[in-house]
Amino acid sequence: MAYTLTVNGRTTTVEVPADMPLLWVLRDVLELRGTKYGCGISACGACTVHLNGRAVRACQTKVSAADGASIMTIEGLSPDGTHPLQQAWQDVDVPQCGYCQAGQIMSAAALLAQTPKPTDEDIDRAMNGNLCRCATYLRIRQAIHKAAAMTATTTVQQAAANRPGQDQE
Amino acid sequence: MNTVIIPVSRRGFLKGLVSAGAFVLGARVLPLEALAAAQASTAPWEPSVYLALEPDGRVLIIAHRSEMGTGIRTVLPTIVADELDADWDRVEIVQALGDKKYGSQNTDGSCSIRDFYVAMREAGATARLMLERAAAAQWNVPASECRVQLHTVGHQASGRSAEFGALVTAASALPMPAKEELRFKQPSEYRYIGKNVPIIDLEDLCNGRGTFGMDAVVPGMVYATIERPPVLGATLKSHQDAAALKVAGVEQTVVLETTGYPVGMKMLGGVAVIARDTWSAIRGRQALKVEWDLGPHASYDTAAFKKTLIATARQPGRVARSGGDVDAALASATRRHEATYYTPPLSHAPMEPPVAVASVKDGKAEVWAPTQNPQAVQSVVAAALGITETDVICHVTLLGGGFGRKSFPDYCAEAAVLSQKIGKPVKVVWTREDDIRHDFYHGECAMHMQGGLDAQGKPVAWLQRSVFPPIGSIFNVEEQYGGGQLNMGWTDVPFAISNFRAENGPSEAHVRIGWLRAVANVHHAFGVQSFIDELAHLAGRDPIEYWLETLGASRKLDAELKAQGYELRGLSGQPQFVPDTARLRRVVELVRDRSGWATRKTAPGHGWGFAAHRSFFSYIATVVEVRVDDDGTVHIPRVDMAVDCGLIINPDRVIAQFEGAATFGAGVAMVSALSAQGGRIREGNFHNYQVPRIHQAPLRTHVHIVETTEPPAGVGEPGVPPVAPAICNAIFAATGKRVRELPVGKVT
Repeated sequence: MAYTLTVNGRTTTVEVPADMPLLWVLRDVLELRGTKYGCGISACGACTVHLNGRAVRACQTKVSAADGASIMTIEGLSPDGTHPLQQAWQDVDVPQCGYCQAGQIMSAAALLAQTPKPTDEDIDRAMNGNLCRCATYLRIRQAIHKAAAMTATTTVQQAAANRPGQDQE
Repeated sequence: MNTVIIPVSRRGFLKGLVSAGAFVLGARVLPLEALAAAQASTAPWEPSVYLALEPDGRVLIIAHRSEMGTGIRTVLPTIVADELDADWDRVEIVQALGDKKYGSQNTDGSCSIRDFYVAMREAGATARLMLERAAAAQWNVPASECRVQLHTVGHQASGRSAEFGALVTAASALPMPAKEELRFKQPSEYRYIGKNVPIIDLEDLCNGRGTFGMDAVVPGMVYATIERPPVLGATLKSHQDAAALKVAGVEQTVVLETTGYPVGMKMLGGVAVIARDTWSAIRGRQALKVEWDLGPHASYDTAAFKKTLIATARQPGRVARSGGDVDAALASATRRHEATYYTPPLSHAPMEPPVAVASVKDGKAEVWAPTQNPQAVQSVVAAALGITETDVICHVTLLGGGFGRKSFPDYCAEAAVLSQKIGKPVKVVWTREDDIRHDFYHGECAMHMQGGLDAQGKPVAWLQRSVFPPIGSIFNVEEQYGGGQLNMGWTDVPFAISNFRAENGPSEAHVRIGWLRAVANVHHAFGVQSFIDELAHLAGRDPIEYWLETLGASRKLDAELKAQGYELRGLSGQPQFVPDTARLRRVVELVRDRSGWATRKTAPGHGWGFAAHRSFFSYIATVVEVRVDDDGTVHIPRVDMAVDCGLIINPDRVIAQFEGAATFGAGVAMVSALSAQGGRIREGNFHNYQVPRIHQAPLRTHVHIVETTEPPAGVGEPGVPPVAPAICNAIFAATGKRVRELPVGKVT
C-alpha cells in the first residue's frame, strides 16, 4: 500500500504494509534514525514523535493511521538544533549514553507546547512514559524548567517587541 | 558505490571530508575512494598508538574505549590533550577499531581512567617533548628553553614560536624519548583535567544524530531477527517456515546451530528470519513455528530455586575468609541476631538492545556494533566463522547503554555467521523481549548472616554466607562457587570484628550469568549493609556512629585480610589500591555532615538510612531519605552520596555517573526483578520487567566529592551498591519494617 506522510515538512509517499509501525517506516524506509526503538510496545518512549502536533509512540502507530498526517521527528524539531529544549539539554549536560534522549526531548516539546510553565508534577506526569536507563531524570527535569524559562523570556521579548507604541515609551 | 560507515561523531576523524549536510539524516556514508584519498594525502605522525598529529595542525586522539554514557571517549582524550597542551578545538577524536595494540579495550570494571591515565599522559608528554626538540633543532637553541603552550612551541628568549603543524615533519624524524626523559605537568598547569569539558557527542545526542549500533547501515544490508532457544541449552527439534516466508518483505530463513556447553560468549543459535526491513523480520518471525527439546534447564523455576539457595545459605559453605573463632564467639555473645536476605535475578536492559551489523566476504569479516569489548568481538566472531582474529575488523559505534551486557559479543557472532551463510551484510536486531529473555543475567543471591553482640552492644562475632549462580558457570559448567565475585564486597568487608567468617555456598546456574553494573557488590552490599544496620538498631545505637565504631581504627586492610586467610589479588594487591579504612571513614563522615544526618527531622512515615561500600577501589557513603505513604508507596525525596574515587578528570561526568547510580540502585531496591518458570524467563518487556521511571527516581541527589590526589579509581559502577541497602535502612527507620528481600515494591 502507498501512504502519504509529511515528515518534518517534507511530503513523501511510502509503499509499505499497512501494519508497519511508523517507527520502522521512519528508520528503515525514510532513513530518519534519530527516532529510536526501545521496546515496541509503547512502554519506553524512545520512539516518541509528534503526529499532527501530538506526542505519540511511533512503535505503536501503524503507518495506515498516519496516512496524510504531519509528523515531526527529532530531526525536524529545529532546523539547526537550537530548539530551547535542545539548548537546555546541552546547557545542563543531560545525555549520558543519549539513546533515549530524542524521545525525551520530543515528549518534553509536546509538554511545553501544552504547558509552557510546567511544575515538577507536570513533568513527572508527562515524562514518566520515557525511560532512561542511565537515569538522567534529574537533569531532564532541570532542562525542561530551563527551556520553559528560556521560552518564557523569548515570548515576553517578542510580545514587547510586537506591542504597538512600544517605541514611544 | 563502495561505502563505509563512519561511526564517529561531529568532531570525529574525517570531519573535514564530509559536508555538514551529510549528517542530517543520521547515516554517515562516505565513498571508499574518498576515504583512501584522504588517507593518502596526509602524513600523520603517530608518536603513540593513541595520538596522531597532522601537518595541518589537527591533533587526532584515539578513543580506544567504548562510549556507553560515561563520557569516556571524551574524558580519556582530554588527558592526552592536556599533557600535550593541545587546543581542544583543534583536537579530533578517532574511535579505535578493535586492536590489541591499544591494550585492553574491554570497557568494563570501571577501569578506563584507572588503567590508562598514565598511558594517556605519557602519549601527550612524549609528543610535547618531541615537538619542543624539533623546534629547538630548527632554532638552534636548547630544547630545555622551548615550551609548548596551547598548540604552539615557543622560545621566550628569541621570541620565536611555531605551531604544532609546522613541526610535525621534523618531530616525526626524531628518536622517541625514553620514559625517564618525560616531564609531566603539575596540577596547577592542567588546562582540561579537573574541568568540565563537555562530551564531544553532546550536540549530536540532542539532535538525533548520534550513530548507535542500531543506526549502523551498510549498502545491500538485510535485517534479521532470531528465534532463540527459550531455555538454556535447548536444541531445535523442528521448525516450519512456510508462513514466515509468505510475510511480505521476508527473504529467507536460516538455521543457526545452537550453542554447546560451556556457553561462554558464543551465540545461542536458533532460527533466523531474513527480511528487507526490521518490521518484516519481526513479523516473519512471529509466523515461524519452532519446536524445541528443552533439556535439563527446563527445571528452572525461580520460586523453587530461591528456596534451594536459602537452604544452602543456612548450611556451612566454603570458607573464603576466617578470623578468630566465630562459633565460640557467637555461643558466648550476650545477644545473637540472624537474618536471611534474598535478591532476585536482574537484566541489564540497556535502552538500545543488542544489535550488530556484519559483512563477511572472502574470509574476512567487518562488524559494526555497540560493543564494550571490540577485541572479544574479534575473537568470538573469528571462532564462529573459523577465521583468524586479525581478519575481523570491529567498528565500535556509540552504545545505547551497556551496563555489562555489551561486553558479551554473542549478537555480533550471530550477524557474522548469518552474513557468511547468505553472502550479504546482515543487521541482527534484538527485540526488547529477546534482550530480557536471553540476557547474561545478574544471578539471584541468598545471604544468611549471624551476629553476636557483647554486653555493650558491640559486634564480637559475624558470620556471613552467600550463595548465587556464578559468572564462572558460563565458562565452566561445573563451576558453582563465586570465585572472583567474592572479592566484590564479601571477603573485603572492612569491619574490625575480631571473630569474622565469610563463606560461599554452591549454586547451579540455569541461565547465562554475566556481570551487571557493580556485579556481586550489588547483592553483597545489600546483605552486609543491611545487617550492620540491624545490629545497630538491636544495640540501640545511631547507625552511622555504630558503623564507624565497627569500622575501627584507620588502617590498610591487606595484613589483616592476609592473617585471615584471604589475600588481595590483582589490582587490589597493589599498594595504591589496598582497602584503606581512613578513606572509607572520610566519606562516611562527609555524607553524615553534608546530608544533615544529625539534625534530621523525624516525621511520620519519614526515615533516613545509611550505607557505605568500597568497590572498584572507590569509597562511597550514602544517606537516603524516604517517605512511605499509608498505602506503602515509597518516595525518595533525597539521596546524598559522598565519593572518594581518587583523582577526577571531569567532575561533571563523575557527578552524572553517581546521579545515575542513585536511580539505578533505587531500581534494584524498589522495582526490578525477573522470574522464571519451566526454564523460561517470564518477563519480556518494560511493562513487567520494571526499571525506574522519572517519578520513581530520587527527587534530588547530592554528590559530594572528596578532593584527593590518590590515583584515579572507578566511577561508573561503585555508586550502585550502597543505594539499595541505604533505601531499605531508611524504610526501616520510617516504618519499623525490615526489608530482607528485593525488590521492595510497596512496604506491606
